[in-house]
Amino acid sequence: MAFVTANWNPLGNVFYRKIDLYAMEWNMREDFKDCLIAAAPYGGAIALLKEDSRRERSPSSRPVLEIYSSSGFPMANFPWKSGQVVHIGWTLSEDLLCVQDNGTVLIYDIFGSFKRHFSMGSEVLQPRVIEAKVFHSPYGTGVAILTGAYKFTCATNIEELKLRRLTEVPGLQNSPSCWAVLAQERETKVILATGKDLYILDNTACTSVTLPGIGPQVNSYCEIAVSFNYKYLALFADSGYIWMGLSSLQEKMWEFDTKIRTPPKQMVWCIRPKCKQPSVVARWDKLLVVAGKQESIQYPFMNPPYVFLMYLNYLNHAKLEMRQESSLFFHEGFFFFFFFKKESQKADEYLREIKDQNLLLVAVQQCIEAAGYEHEPNTQKTLLRAASFGKCFISDYPRDDFVNMCRDLRVLNAIHDYRIGIPLSYPQYTKLTTEVLIDRLVLRRLYPLAIKICEYLKISEFRGASRVLAHWACYKVQQKDENDDEVARAINQKLGDTPGISYSDIAARAYECGRMELAIKLLEYEPRSGEQVPLLLKMKRSQLALNKAIESGDTDLVYTIVTHLKNEMNRGDFFMTLQNQPVALSLYRQFCKHQEQDTLKDLYNQDDDHQELGNFYVRSSYSFEKTIEGRVATLHSAVDEYNKAKSEFAAKATEDQIKLLRFQRRLQEELDKPYLDLSLHDTIHNLILDNKHKQAEQLYKDFKVPDKRFWRLKISALAEKEEWEELEKFSKSKKSPIGYMPFVEICLKYHSRYEAKKYVPKVSPEQKVKAYIMVGDLDQAAEAAIEHKNDSELNLVLSKCTSATQQSVVEKINKAKAQLLKK
Amino acid sequence: MASHLSYGRVNLNILREVARKELREFLDKCAGSKAIVWDEHLTGPFGLIAQYSLLKEHEVEKMFTLKAGQLPVADVKNIIFLVRPRLELMDIIAQNVLSEDKHRSRRDFHILFVPRRSLLCEQRLKEQGVLGSFHHREEYSLDLIPFDGDLLSMEAETAFRECYLENDQTSLYHAAKGLMTLQALYGSIPQIFGKGESARHVANMMLRMKREFTGCQNPILPVFDTLLLLDRNVDLLTPLATQLTYEGLIDEIYGIQNSKCNSDKFAQKKNNKFGKSTCSSPLQGYLKMAKLLVVSTEVVNKKFRVSSPLISKESFTISAHFKERHNAKTVGEIKQFVSQLPHMQAARSSLANHTSIAELIKDITTSDEFFDNLTVEQEFMSGIETDKVSVYTEESITKKDPLIKILRLVCLQSVCNNGLKQKVLDYYKREILQTYGYEHILTLNNLEKSGLLKLQSSSRNNYPTIRKTLRLWMDDVNEQHAFPPPPQGVNLQPASVSPASTASGKRIYLTIVSMITNKHYFLCMPGPIGQQGENRVTLVFFLGGVTYAEIAALRFLSQMEDGGTEYIIATTKLMNGTSWIKSLMDRLEAAPF
Repeated sequence: MAFVTANWNPLGNVFYRKIDLYAMEWNMREDFKDCLIAAAPYGGAIALLKEDSRRERSPSSRPVLEIYSSSGFPMANFPWKSGQVVHIGWTLSEDLLCVQDNGTVLIYDIFGSFKRHFSMGSEVLQPRVIEAKVFHSPYGTGVAILTGAYKFTCATNIEELKLRRLTEVPGLQNSPSCWAVLAQERETKVILATGKDLYILDNTACTSVTLPGIGPQVNSYCEIAVSFNYKYLALFADSGYIWMGLSSLQEKMWEFDTKIRTPPKQMVWCIRPKCKQPSVVARWDKLLVVAGKQESIQYPFMNPPYVFLMYLNYLNHAKLEMRQESSLFFHEGFFFFFFFKKESQKADEYLREIKDQNLLLVAVQQCIEAAGYEHEPNTQKTLLRAASFGKCFISDYPRDDFVNMCRDLRVLNAIHDYRIGIPLSYPQYTKLTTEVLIDRLVLRRLYPLAIKICEYLKISEFRGASRVLAHWACYKVQQKDENDDEVARAINQKLGDTPGISYSDIAARAYECGRMELAIKLLEYEPRSGEQVPLLLKMKRSQLALNKAIESGDTDLVYTIVTHLKNEMNRGDFFMTLQNQPVALSLYRQFCKHQEQDTLKDLYNQDDDHQELGNFYVRSSYSFEKTIEGRVATLHSAVDEYNKAKSEFAAKATEDQIKLLRFQRRLQEELDKPYLDLSLHDTIHNLILDNKHKQAEQLYKDFKVPDKRFWRLKISALAEKEEWEELEKFSKSKKSPIGYMPFVEICLKYHSRYEAKKYVPKVSPEQKVKAYIMVGDLDQAAEAAIEHKNDSELNLVLSKCTSATQQSVVEKINKAKAQLLKK
Repeated sequence: MASHLSYGRVNLNILREVARKELREFLDKCAGSKAIVWDEHLTGPFGLIAQYSLLKEHEVEKMFTLKAGQLPVADVKNIIFLVRPRLELMDIIAQNVLSEDKHRSRRDFHILFVPRRSLLCEQRLKEQGVLGSFHHREEYSLDLIPFDGDLLSMEAETAFRECYLENDQTSLYHAAKGLMTLQALYGSIPQIFGKGESARHVANMMLRMKREFTGCQNPILPVFDTLLLLDRNVDLLTPLATQLTYEGLIDEIYGIQNSKCNSDKFAQKKNNKFGKSTCSSPLQGYLKMAKLLVVSTEVVNKKFRVSSPLISKESFTISAHFKERHNAKTVGEIKQFVSQLPHMQAARSSLANHTSIAELIKDITTSDEFFDNLTVEQEFMSGIETDKVSVYTEESITKKDPLIKILRLVCLQSVCNNGLKQKVLDYYKREILQTYGYEHILTLNNLEKSGLLKLQSSSRNNYPTIRKTLRLWMDDVNEQHAFPPPPQGVNLQPASVSPASTASGKRIYLTIVSMITNKHYFLCMPGPIGQQGENRVTLVFFLGGVTYAEIAALRFLSQMEDGGTEYIIATTKLMNGTSWIKSLMDRLEAAPF
């Protein structure tokens, strides 16, 4: 192996070198002449559209679109059947854009299957598109076209298509000699050159500009290059002069004279992150020139290559090669590495030396960093070994850098493999992020590798493996040759209950592919009902959706489906469906109770639920009927229903209610007092208060009010009115069914001890003592207690005796107690 | 601020903090000054999560109650509707929003659904043409609200009614969701026991949800060892009987809402009793039950009759503490004493509260009415004359005592007799309808449907058997000892509160379940069992409501030395017999003719 620096070429104070990445796998006989070619950024796929039909014009031979990986593995190829293609380019998410001359842009995925198309506007139909460019900006991938009428139209983000027509250049008669898109500060502009005039076009204006510090020898510009980050601009003049400066056109950085008078086939910027000195690469058919500040490196070619933007991957029909700004110019690291590699004892000496200068840490870091820039695993290893050796001499060296680099390189080497063919460099990788890398692998259907990488990098299942598996499953459902059962089983086997898997997404994909049965099978595995249901509804499986919703217990979900069903089905079917789903039915009933009374009635009717219908009528007789007649009529319906339900009690009670209502209405008319809606009890009470004893009696008889209650009712009403005479009369009318204690109580309640006393003698013997105490006649109470010879009663009376005035009672009781004891 | 939540084995303050954080995050989403329009039902529970000061910090300047018509004037940038997902509320909101646009400059509307967003409601808003007016439509999943260091409630008043009367299991779904939230914070519970159909339903939903969340579970060592789901349907008896524990009595007599008891009622009574001199008592505004606990959890849970001596014991200890200052000799001792002062003063004022409450309650509990009522309840529960029309109930109807009291008694009798005979049932029903109005036919129908009131189907009444085998009734309890030892036959392991009562009819606490052999009992083990043996924590979830007496019983079990298990209680609603029956009533308001 030649020494690592053998292929280094200096340019200013940096070095450039050439690395062979891949010997291309493809079998291509001719070069890329008459081909449209596009390579996706970040080591992406390569697309070729062979335009051989241009020459032959025979309808039978169509152009062929071919897609290859970076290492030349064929990924797709198919004959081009649409219109004339002007330009092809890749989006950031690796979709292929084919811009046709009629302004239609067709989008294909990396495997050449058609995804969708959009148009760049109808007004381009006639003048046709003559040139197009695909560009990338932080807002996505954009397309700019130049029509035959020399007008520019551009769309900054094809995902959210918004066409913008740029202003025209006044008096432009010919196609501009060169143009480029500048996507800066949220605005997309076009810079164009006609002859030696430069213009910048935007939405509103066309500004003529001049380059600062431009040499006098320029007659016309023939190539414009804008750097990937839109920071730098380079223009190639017909004299072989290259102007390099900031894209704001504020400042010239440097210029260079190539002395080649033919315009280059291609000109691009070569920029490294943190790069101090960007350079421009221009290529001609057999020559490549890297131009920096007053200097250049020239690489001759056998075959005309094609140069990709960024990091200078270039391709000819046999090889993918790469030009790179070499990283190993950091000298501490380099020398250290140098000695270490030679296994020389000088390494040790050098190590001591730089350690003394406190440069060892820098050296180790540089070795690690440099390893990132190497493509050859052996070189990487050596550099890392050197770093590993060096870091032993540093106390508290943070391990993370070293470990991370080893890990990242391992990933990179894995994807560099020619079978994978993603020649991503370390800086590209850090810029692209692991997530995007995994997305790219998924896009290439390299599911196992993606999962391995996720596992290796210990990415959480949510963001890593599950995502990959979900993509795999989505791909799997598109394979139509396998039957539904097998696919569903295979998917479930692989995915199981892996966290973060959304079976409903996979099912949705299956449904999109027209495999409804498979979708339903997959949905069975979905644990989240909230996700199952919308898709099932979309597939018009509302019954199944209803089942799932009920299973989940989420009533809101059930309601949603029920309302959906209600709108979807006719009433009869809808009711039938509910009939089979008791949970849904009762929920719907609840809904109707508050919202649609009539539907509720229909529901009960259908069920022959006469009890509930009766209740329904009772409820509506209160809530909706405004007139007494209406109320009575509704209650009659209730009685009918209760009868049908064989609910005798309810029927009878409701009949009574009707009777009472009618009676009350009569009373209200006769007495001009509010009687309606009083309870029977209150009606009688009020009647007695109003001295309508006859009516009260009538109610008492008609409604079979129990004697006890009627008596109580009557005495309390009489007492309330303080009609003591009437009360006494009533007490004597016949033997009281409630005894006479209530009389005593009620009189006391209305503060008439005098009246109360009248009834005490009639009180039953057991309660007599209590009654006497209540009316405050302790002497009599004592008498009664003594008569009963009841010790506890005696004690009760005794406890009530407090003041000295009742001394006699106390003595009496004590005597009685003593007597009791004797016996 | 919420220190009462963190004294237990399980720090429920974490749950509260999470809820607060979520609320703050939502409020911060709506930049600028805001006014909150409250669904009335939410203000109480929200008070336990966030006081006005928190809202104020996040630029909430005004608060209104949601009502129809036009929104009140407020110079704010945002109007936030905080509502339950109910269709009738959506109509009101739509009305608010529509009348708003016409009159004033535009304000931003937001809607926060508690506890869950509802497609149905959004659909309704869409139909009304106002859905687009809301900038943020989000849900605030406030399911289980911490009430105390060992008590969580969903405060879903209608949960029992919905489940058993209307077959609407929304509240069970919310319960399962709440349990999932709890598990996310405290680790997933390895063992689930349950009793009753609803319990099974909830357990199934939890297992389902667990599958949904695979992957986002954080491997916390489970704090709870066991979850016991209890269906209220299993024990209809306990809530119907009057609660006789201290907190239970306060609830029965004055009503505790969101762990607050309106002390105006106390103050009023006190004034009548002692005159103006005691008016300076600290019982002003609201009295927080949780704060009262500072004195001692003991007082709250002890059976009432015993609590008086306990309170005096406590007061003695506190005054002894105060006297210590005379003994303090060195500066250090004095310093130590001073540092304890705030705590002791709080304890003393809290003790004063308890003393006055205890006195007020004592007046009621010693009244004849209370005693008569209790006697009848006791008789029913001991199975005396449950198959006949009760004279006391009959008399109460004749006196037109509050309807709920009657319903409680009748239902209690029905439950104790495993249903009533047709004749007895019809008699009660007729009496009730005639006395209180025919419109109550629907309420009676509801009670029958939910099983509280039923017709005796078989001649066999199994209540006495259950009562005897489970020893629900304890006859020999030493009152001063306060609690009987747990019955031997009942396995306390997966926690059923064993019941006890005293001979003189002073029941302490009643049944919950404990029929371990019963076939409805089920068990699922979604995960590996955590620590075995001592110091287990069991979460007991009462689906359909729990009473303070039951809570007290479980707290007692927690404190028992040989039990080794601590119980955390969760429920859909803290209730008592009265509020329970109330929730089952259908109130018909007749339109005036």
